[in-house]
Amino acid sequence: MTYRDAIVSAIDALRLNKLRSALTMLGIVIGVAAVIAMVAVGGGAREQVVAQIRSLGSNLLIITPGNVTSGGVRMGGGAASTLTAEDASAIMAEVPSVQITAPNMRGSAQLIAGGMNWATAVFGIDSGWFEARDWDVEMGRVFEPEEVARGAQVAIIGQTVARNLYGGLDPVGQELRIRNVPFRVIGVMSRKGQTTWGSDQDDVVFVPLNTARQRVLGRNQANARSVGTIYVKVREGESMGAAEEEIKSLLRQRHRIQPGTEDDFSIRNLADLAATREASARTLALLLAAVAGVSLMVGGIGIMNIMLVSVTERTREIGLRLAIGARQWDILRQFLFEAAGLSAIGGAIGVFIGVAAAYLISNAAGWPLLIEPMSILIAVVFSGLVGVFFGWYPALRASRLDPIEALRHT
Amino acid sequence: MALIETSRLTRLYQLGGETVHALQDVSLSIEAGDFVAVMGPSGSGKSTFMNVVGCLDRPTAGTYRLDGETISSLGGDSLAAVRNRKIGFVFQQFNLLDRLDALANVELPMIYAGIDPSRRRELAAAALRRVGLGERIHHRPTQLSGGQQQRVAIARAIVNAPKILLADEPTGALDSRTSVELMALFQELNREGMTICIVTHESDIAGYAKRLVRFLDGRVVSDVRQPQADAAAHLAGITHPAPAEAAE
Repeated sequence: MTYRDAIVSAIDALRLNKLRSALTMLGIVIGVAAVIAMVAVGGGAREQVVAQIRSLGSNLLIITPGNVTSGGVRMGGGAASTLTAEDASAIMAEVPSVQITAPNMRGSAQLIAGGMNWATAVFGIDSGWFEARDWDVEMGRVFEPEEVARGAQVAIIGQTVARNLYGGLDPVGQELRIRNVPFRVIGVMSRKGQTTWGSDQDDVVFVPLNTARQRVLGRNQANARSVGTIYVKVREGESMGAAEEEIKSLLRQRHRIQPGTEDDFSIRNLADLAATREASARTLALLLAAVAGVSLMVGGIGIMNIMLVSVTERTREIGLRLAIGARQWDILRQFLFEAAGLSAIGGAIGVFIGVAAAYLISNAAGWPLLIEPMSILIAVVFSGLVGVFFGWYPALRASRLDPIEALRHT
Repeated sequence: MALIETSRLTRLYQLGGETVHALQDVSLSIEAGDFVAVMGPSGSGKSTFMNVVGCLDRPTAGTYRLDGETISSLGGDSLAAVRNRKIGFVFQQFNLLDRLDALANVELPMIYAGIDPSRRRELAAAALRRVGLGERIHHRPTQLSGGQQQRVAIARAIVNAPKILLADEPTGALDSRTSVELMALFQELNREGMTICIVTHESDIAGYAKRLVRFLDGRVVSDVRQPQADAAAHLAGITHPAPAEAAE
């Protein structure tokens, strides 16, 4: 018996019981569709997390002022303004693995432009910011170093601010008042989207660090050079951990912290954060895939069940085929092909439904659609294997029938 | 050399702790071109004999040679090949596949013989013409009468040009006129050189054979040549179906 004949014969047999074949396939359809959709959803969710982290900069260290203990009273993280622009310069100068530092300070303010007003976050930054955050202007230009040094009254706004204050107009060159201090808009940042924790990164206005300190945020600080946080971008390929250690010892030295005393700053490593979140996303993806795999397995058991019924029903046919010269292998293959046919056709339909479902889910959730060709291939191959695996036992039973008994079967 | 030669053929079954001697020391030869009827009551061993001769069953002891080949020493797949090439089976219940038309049913043995599809259709159509169903090659079994279905089964049995045609109660499910028509077909095939062996419990059907072998308790109790009744002549004589020896 040629393979072609075996396939034709299998299709004939499947067409004989269309409803039964369709229902049996349904199990595999659902299984495969679930695998593809769930893997895509899991992958999409993971990609989403990775993208959010990357939008922050995955090789970024964020140094924030730590707690200060004064007379035994610990003030809590961020209570003091212990970091200075000089710290940032020192890190830049003395830690070779650092690509750029971006000292900044942050506050909030009411903005007024024309007849519109809007409350937003104000960041005082220096020109290193753009490189540290991998974030550039979409329109206009970034700050000149001279503007940062001088404390020029120029501002760069985020997309959300641009939309809310200027609507459809080009904001570049427009007037902007921040806490009633007049600024000129020189640029609009490109769209950055939400952070991992859901805040809008585009709802922001950037002004030069010195301008912010002197005119807008104007804290009453002992050190006129103090900054809120320092972003440190580590060079590609350099160890984040090593850089963190070097920065730590440098700052301890600069801040004259005695051995055994707590740091007056803390360093957060975004790569760690990314890894943790990605790991949890991966766990989710794995869980989804496992659930989908179980449903594919259930579909396979359905195939086995129906193939056993089919073998019993067709005992006489098997006896006849054996009598007219079918070898055991011919019978085995015939039923194996039927089972594999059921699961392969079911698998093919499942791929379509799975892709459609993945598309709908990722659309609804706003995730990137991430259907890896590999997952489709695996689903199809796996569903075929499910057919062969669960079809094997019924087919083996069929091929081992005694022709005399089988022919006598009623 | 005889086409079929069995020597002290014995077949034992274990049934409920008891040993059943289905065949005991059966030594029988069938020459090419013979037409043998095998008779005997239930449990006489005639079916077991047919199964062994048909290579569906293997003897417990003794040897069986078919067409010069010692069958009793062959394995499963070799037996399948022998069944495919050298033996044609006709069953009481026809055993046609309802989902296939007559042509496809007749093609089945050739599928296992590895004959290519166009040649298969040609040969199957020729076999159906041979049994008088040239007009109905695309009918399904359910659209055919019992006699026509058995003709399809005979076409399927002869399509691979076997050495011997084995028929187990071929008229058992047919009315008497159809039975005689079928026997006329067997006689025609036999005249053309086909060796035929049928099992029957109807003596009038056995009467159409050239030789009558009777089994009892697993042994051959009589083996005689007989004057062959002419089925075609009977058909001409039967004006209306309802002869005295009606089928069950």
